[in-house]
Amino acid sequence: MIRVVLPSHLRRLASISGEVKLAITGAVTQCSVLDALEARYPMLRGTIRDQDSKRRRAFIRFFACEEDLSHEPPDAPLPAAVAAGTEPYLIVGAMAGG
Amino acid sequence: MTGVRVLVGTRKGAFILSSDGMRRDWDVTGPLFGGWEIYHVKGSSADTNRLYASQTSGWSGQVIQRSDDGGKTWEPVGNKFSYDGTPGTHQWYDGTPHPWEFARVWHLEPSLHDPDTLYAGVEDAGLFKSVDGGQTWLELPALRSHESGPSWQPGAGGMCLHTIIQDPANPARIFTAISAAGAFRSDDAGQTWQPINRGLRSQGIPDEDAEVGHCVHHVAMHPARPSVLYMQKHWDVMRSDDAGDSWREISGNLPSDFGFPIDVHAHEPDTVYVVPITSDSLHYPPDGKLRVYRSRTGGNDWEPLTEGLPQRDCYVNVYRDAMAVDALDDCGIYFGTTGGQVYGSADAGDTWAPIVRDLPAVLSVEVQTLS
Repeated sequence: MIRVVLPSHLRRLASISGEVKLAITGAVTQCSVLDALEARYPMLRGTIRDQDSKRRRAFIRFFACEEDLSHEPPDAPLPAAVAAGTEPYLIVGAMAGG
Repeated sequence: MTGVRVLVGTRKGAFILSSDGMRRDWDVTGPLFGGWEIYHVKGSSADTNRLYASQTSGWSGQVIQRSDDGGKTWEPVGNKFSYDGTPGTHQWYDGTPHPWEFARVWHLEPSLHDPDTLYAGVEDAGLFKSVDGGQTWLELPALRSHESGPSWQPGAGGMCLHTIIQDPANPARIFTAISAAGAFRSDDAGQTWQPINRGLRSQGIPDEDAEVGHCVHHVAMHPARPSVLYMQKHWDVMRSDDAGDSWREISGNLPSDFGFPIDVHAHEPDTVYVVPITSDSLHYPPDGKLRVYRSRTGGNDWEPLTEGLPQRDCYVNVYRDAMAVDALDDCGIYFGTTGGQVYGSADAGDTWAPIVRDLPAVLSVEVQTLS
């Protein structure tokens, strides 16, 4: 199972407590993880990436295994530790004031 | 039992202020959607339990929330606002072409007759409609694709469609206003639009009386007299007696004719309210005195309403959608400030009292009259 950690404002929006665990069939990528996340929680559509272009929203970042994966291609494989569920995939609201 | 429900949108969440018909004691619920900017919350006049809220943030974009029980519970509904076709460009601040980009929903306007139908005014300026309770949205593209569209420019707050008014006597007639393009009217339910800005003069644009390009801040109508419109422009308070075909200035003896909100008494179509602000660069009341001005003559002759409002050292602003009236026999009027106060008056503005003093900056105030 893939473990996904959301920022608090998105957990509240989707009424999620703690991590989300997702079963992914096929390659574990940013795109496949977000597809599965949005399928389970449709209210998150548009809050992490654009609904049409699928581009990451500017102030959202993707971290895992102490690396910033925000600029990786959406279809690039995520680290093996994320795919194995030993490390979480972190969706983070960038530090941008407010 | 009668009562009122005041719906407040702020920079960091929404609040619901409830009272009985006396409007002396208030229950405060909130923050709802804490941490998010709530640009607007509005209830359906066809079903007072149906509320809609525009929830937005720089991180996560636009969410629309809906309540079917008067604000006790909410659910996110559709948030996909895609412009029809290839959107093209408008002018950017520097005069260069800029692609139309959706930023947020400024204003939600439920249908007068159907709680599942509502309009959304968005930035960059466009008008959207939902007929399924907010689950899906389609643009009414004729407004944005008006021949003047490529020349529209944003105001300082963005190029927002902030005012949507439905004519209760003519379901095909809709008024909208855009900063900084001006006011527009449709007489065919949004299929075609015409600018209605004749008589406006704006010194900040190259052609002072241009057909479009005016920074209209807000427009108000009394439902019993839908051909009369009142407008707070960037500078100037204006009135039209012919559904916007022509306008005349009614600023009269106001201490400043700059401001944002304007509203009309629920039972007196000639009683109008504004909140004068010092200037376009000084967004606070003249002389540090928070004064609502009331005209009982449809404009020109204005009286300051000060009892219960701070008359020294007050430097807040009142945004365009942050004033509303209730429909009780003694008309109540409410407004919210950038300092987080929401003031209410149960006697048409003669006296005021704060309902709450320390909310986040208030973006919008709407009122539901309950029976």
